[in-house]
Amino acid sequence: MHPFLYTLAADEPTARRIAATDPAAAFIAGGTTLIDLMKLNVEHPAQLVDITRLPLAKVEELPDGGIRVGAMVRNSDLANHMLIQARYPVLSQALLAGASPQLRNMATTGGNILQRTRCWYFRDTATPCNKRDPGSGCSALHGQNRIHAVLGASDHCIATHASDMCVALAALGAIVRIHGPSGDRALPFSIFHLVPGAHPERETALQHGELIVGIDIPRLPFATRSVYLKVRDRRSYAFALASAAVALDIRDGIIRDARVALGGVATKPWRSQAAESALVGKTAGSAAYHAAAMAALEGAVPRARNAFKIELAKRTLMRALARAGALA
Amino acid sequence: MDDPNRREFIGTVVTTALASVLAPGTARADAASPHSPPGAPPPTLTPPPDIPVALTVNGTTVRLTLDPRTTLLDALRESMHLTGSKKGCDHGQCGACTVHLNGRRVLACLTLAVMAQDQPVTTIEGLARGDTLHPMQQAFIDRDGLQCGYCTPGQIMSAVALLNEPCGPADDDVRECMSGNICRCGAYPNIVAAVQDVRTATARG
Ligand SMILES: Cc1cc2nc3c(=O)[nH]c(=O)nc-3n(C[C@H](O)[C@H](O)[C@H](O)COP(=O)(O)OP(=O)(O)OC[C@H]3O[C@@H](n4cnc5c(N)ncnc54)[C@H](O)[C@@H]3O)c2cc1C
Ligand code: SF4
Ligand code: FES
Ligand code: FES
Repeated sequence: MHPFLYTLAADEPTARRIAATDPAAAFIAGGTTLIDLMKLNVEHPAQLVDITRLPLAKVEELPDGGIRVGAMVRNSDLANHMLIQARYPVLSQALLAGASPQLRNMATTGGNILQRTRCWYFRDTATPCNKRDPGSGCSALHGQNRIHAVLGASDHCIATHASDMCVALAALGAIVRIHGPSGDRALPFSIFHLVPGAHPERETALQHGELIVGIDIPRLPFATRSVYLKVRDRRSYAFALASAAVALDIRDGIIRDARVALGGVATKPWRSQAAESALVGKTAGSAAYHAAAMAALEGAVPRARNAFKIELAKRTLMRALARAGALA
Repeated sequence: MDDPNRREFIGTVVTTALASVLAPGTARADAASPHSPPGAPPPTLTPPPDIPVALTVNGTTVRLTLDPRTTLLDALRESMHLTGSKKGCDHGQCGACTVHLNGRRVLACLTLAVMAQDQPVTTIEGLARGDTLHPMQQAFIDRDGLQCGYCTPGQIMSAVALLNEPCGPADDDVRECMSGNICRCGAYPNIVAAVQDVRTATARG
């Protein structure tokens, strides 16, 4: 591990000032992404700014019926929060499907949004990787790419975004709240994460020195009928090969509104408005769910070892929709 | 598994000694380029000075002087000689290093010691009351919930934490709640039985 200076930030202005003035500084929250990658020498910040003591660990109701979640709320606390379980079951389920109980006790909302890919070449400094070493090449393109993306990839990078939580947040249309050197911003989830294009090293719209202070989840009454389904190589403690976050608004057997996002198959948390359009106005049932699955995976590009993911993602989405449709 | 890390640890000590000879501040210039091309020689790095770290472990506060890079796991094992917590993977994947921080189970291998200050740490060494084992320790013995024993301290720390978590009643719920602890020997059936014994006894008592 490269050496670093450690600074405990007593308050937000201090944290932001240090990060803004040191181009090699990084915030550290739960550390479950950062310490892991620092041990692998994939990340080497020269200064760690500890933000765990900032007062950002609250889950609050917003006046309009939405929920505000602080960046330091731990994944386990968010998953088990009564408001989340009642209003956004898909988010609670996604969180509980991720990592392990110990990791969820450590991982934070802000850190989870910024977790890095699990592409094995990215984690191995002996191999070329455009994300880690821009311009060095992508080892996965013609390598072991069974776990890689079929949606949103480029010839520069085909790594998946590994978060479960983010798939649910994409479906729910969450807003990322940011405080930074040049002011405060609120970015919709759909534009927060970036597809790799020619610059896989750029993963989000966040600028250096900007602090995520939390997320807002808009009011979405029909999200009480929502489901997260994750398919993986073993039943627990593994990353998704494919996952789906869905919410359905069904009245009199007709789908009035829908939310669909996919995980495990795309380079960013993948909301599919095409799938949503395929559902709205249709009779709830397998024909509509099938049409949605076809729409969601349209344009998917398989690589040598991951073509199975296209069918797997379709079936995962169809099953998630069927489960949501069957809820009371 | 321990060897590369021990080497790194020893390397750290050696370079720390060098650091006092080199001009301060060189680390910043070196580390400022996060993406060195593959094949480039590794940059020369000057470690930052050691820092004071106060840890409260099993009720006792200990003042240590540590390289900021030291994990809670290495501080427990190498500096405090509490070797009950084990290092399996050192990357958050196996659960052998599970300890309680503020009463919640976490992974000591992904926790920096300096970040664990001002919060009570409990390790496997802190569970027994004198000669009386914690009921979970006793249940692991009674149910034979181990073979080689390497994963066992982590399993027990997880199992004790689980008692205060929202975990469903079925064996399958226990399997899910214990899934962060890998056992190479496959002692899983007896581990589930041990956990269920203690939960039933607690519910009755
Ligand atoms: C073995 C293992 C298995 C896992 N399995 C899963 C899984 O199945 N599903 C899943 O979704 N995830 C999984 N994870 C990933 C885990 O969810 C993430 O590591 C975690 O959510 C990151 O949160 P953190 O608080 O620990 O982040 P940190 O490691 O502290 O930070 C991550 C990044 O975010 C930055 N950062 C943190 N907070 C802020 C902030 N407020 N503002 C600005 N920048 C910030 C840091 O500088 C760093 O770059 C797994 C991890 C491990 C180690
Ligand atoms: S897929 Fe992306 S992260 Fe993986 S090797 Fe290629 S460039 Fe690197
Ligand atoms: S040693 Fe910490 S999880 Fe394996
Ligand atoms: S008893 Fe040997 S690893 Fe679990």
